[in-house]
Amino acid sequence: MISYNTLVVLTGTSLLGACAGVVGSYAVLRRRSLTGDALAHAALPGLCLAFLVRGERSLPWMLFGAFLSGMLGIGVIAALRRWTRIKEDAAIGIVLSVFFGAGIALSRAIQNMTVSGSKAGLDSYILGKTAGMLASDVYLIGGVSLLSLVIIVLCYKQFLVLSFDPGFAQVQGWPVYVLDLVLMGLVAITVTVGLPAVGVVLMASLLIIPGAAARFWTERLGLMLVLSGILGLCIGLGGTWLSTTFSLLPAGPLIVLTGTVVFFISLLCAPERGLLARTWREREVRSRIREEAWLRRLYDHSVALTPTATRYEWSVWSMATRDAEPVIDRIRQSFFRQQWIEPVGDEHWRWTPLGIRQAAEITYQHRMRDLLLVEHGEWIGGFSSFDGAELLRTLPADLLHELEAKLSARGRLPGEHRS
Amino acid sequence: MSSVPPILDVHDVTVAYHQKPVLWDIDLTLTEPRLVGMIGPNGAGKSTLIKAILGLVPLANGTVTVFGKPISQQRQRIGYVPQRESVDWDFPISALETVLMGTYGRLGWFRRPRRVDREWARECLHRVGLADFAERQIGQLSGGQQQRVFLARALAQKAELYFMDEPMAGVDAATERIIFDLLKELRQQGCTVCVVHHDLRTVPEYFDHVVLLNVRLVASGPTEQVFTPEKLHTAYGGRLALLDAAGEALRKREAAHDQL
Repeated sequence: MISYNTLVVLTGTSLLGACAGVVGSYAVLRRRSLTGDALAHAALPGLCLAFLVRGERSLPWMLFGAFLSGMLGIGVIAALRRWTRIKEDAAIGIVLSVFFGAGIALSRAIQNMTVSGSKAGLDSYILGKTAGMLASDVYLIGGVSLLSLVIIVLCYKQFLVLSFDPGFAQVQGWPVYVLDLVLMGLVAITVTVGLPAVGVVLMASLLIIPGAAARFWTERLGLMLVLSGILGLCIGLGGTWLSTTFSLLPAGPLIVLTGTVVFFISLLCAPERGLLARTWREREVRSRIREEAWLRRLYDHSVALTPTATRYEWSVWSMATRDAEPVIDRIRQSFFRQQWIEPVGDEHWRWTPLGIRQAAEITYQHRMRDLLLVEHGEWIGGFSSFDGAELLRTLPADLLHELEAKLSARGRLPGEHRS
Repeated sequence: MSSVPPILDVHDVTVAYHQKPVLWDIDLTLTEPRLVGMIGPNGAGKSTLIKAILGLVPLANGTVTVFGKPISQQRQRIGYVPQRESVDWDFPISALETVLMGTYGRLGWFRRPRRVDREWARECLHRVGLADFAERQIGQLSGGQQQRVFLARALAQKAELYFMDEPMAGVDAATERIIFDLLKELRQQGCTVCVVHHDLRTVPEYFDHVVLLNVRLVASGPTEQVFTPEKLHTAYGGRLALLDAAGEALRKREAAHDQL
């Protein structure tokens, strides 16, 4: 049975994770991940100043101060970009380090100078302190999550067009600066309510990791947002659970470590964009290219050379190539498996009907593509894959006929075996 | 004063980046529906002019009106095809969803695209020959296909005045053909299309109005009056290779003229 306190903390961090995941997805897609990080760091001086002004530890005021100085940091980044020649990465670096440095200096000064300062626990905002989370904090996080969700659902299409193509959005008449500000504001309040739990240093990871991980699993924005929310929730929940169960480390770092695991699993295992799938697909393509080359060579050395023969010697295989014997053998096994060729006695082989059709088709595609490249190179930019069939499908009929006629005139059109 | 306001009226427009003028005192008026080719050497400010008209870059001076009103009041009547390089093609979105963006302007703030909008987007994709690619993530399309997605998105806007920023740059022959056919179609429907174009050889074939730019406006008018060796020379200066290409196009046009 878990205690009430643990339940509060678990609810708080998982909600925070979900909210940061959804809001952070936009930051990731808009290449604003580092801006989110700068924002979190820039929140620290505001937090300290609010404490100084109020003279007591008042969470709402301190968070309000954090929010303001975070937004100020973003404003400074935008201003540096707009009015000076400083590039964005430098602007982010400057704001992040200057604000954070000021924050650290302020927090130290407060703790050294005042009696109440030493009790302010300002240090806990640097790396976060989940254990101290109260039910009221959870309500705050819940409220922010709800607000973000409502705004994102309502303005889904505006945020989509803004993120993908801000110029187009502006021409369409959307108030891009306002929308941009709203989106940045959502990041800012999420960061702000997350500060007590995860701290300014680690907050960015909660914004960035769920979105970056979710991107691996889907090619649709809507799905990515949902997935990012779920992943964020799991990361918050998992990290906190680990921390309370084993009480070795504070929750903040464990949340980040959990996120890292989730990210690596996504990076490796995602079906389309994952590293393993990509490597596998590339291998597939390479082996297909090799097989197609073999089909063509064999076609040239068998049917094209001696049209009337019904079987061929195995030596044709080594004549057709400079590949080493083991390579040839692998291809041969693969062709047997696909039932493209069959042995005739010990000395000979022949095409199966399926095999000869395949070989003729591939040879046809290859020769057509070759001719196209030589005579009508301007067409080639329009194709998105190396697949010969797809390429030929997209050509106009008259061009196809022209190419076929040219091949035919040179006696290079593999016609009879193709159908 | 005429009763019908001009389609596009650019008055005295100057644009400067970091104190350096990119466009000087541009005056440009289009009163009739036309296919407008905007040409000029590199750095002449062709793209900037489009962006200035659309309000994407601040004007140092001047005014722009479209159908007699400022651009901010005419958003629904304007279609836009930005340069292909201006967006991240790895964005998680399908070709169809991208085209659907064209309908957002009409939908207003909180309405979602409905079935009719989706069908219309599909129809636009079909018109650029990409019906089979609707569900593909846009990064998995070739450069020419991506350009056509942008064009379909502009079609989906159902505009009357289109601005296209180098739609034919670096595309394959099939795409260029499709784009040109679409331009003609739009023209027949009474639309005006302003196209930033870089290939002088095809200018006389594609456009019936030419805007010749080189930081300032060199000339604007019907192709046969503006696309002349003297005016091109003024705009391009000594850039001979380009002029050769233009000369070839001119000769072709004259030959075609002689045959008539």
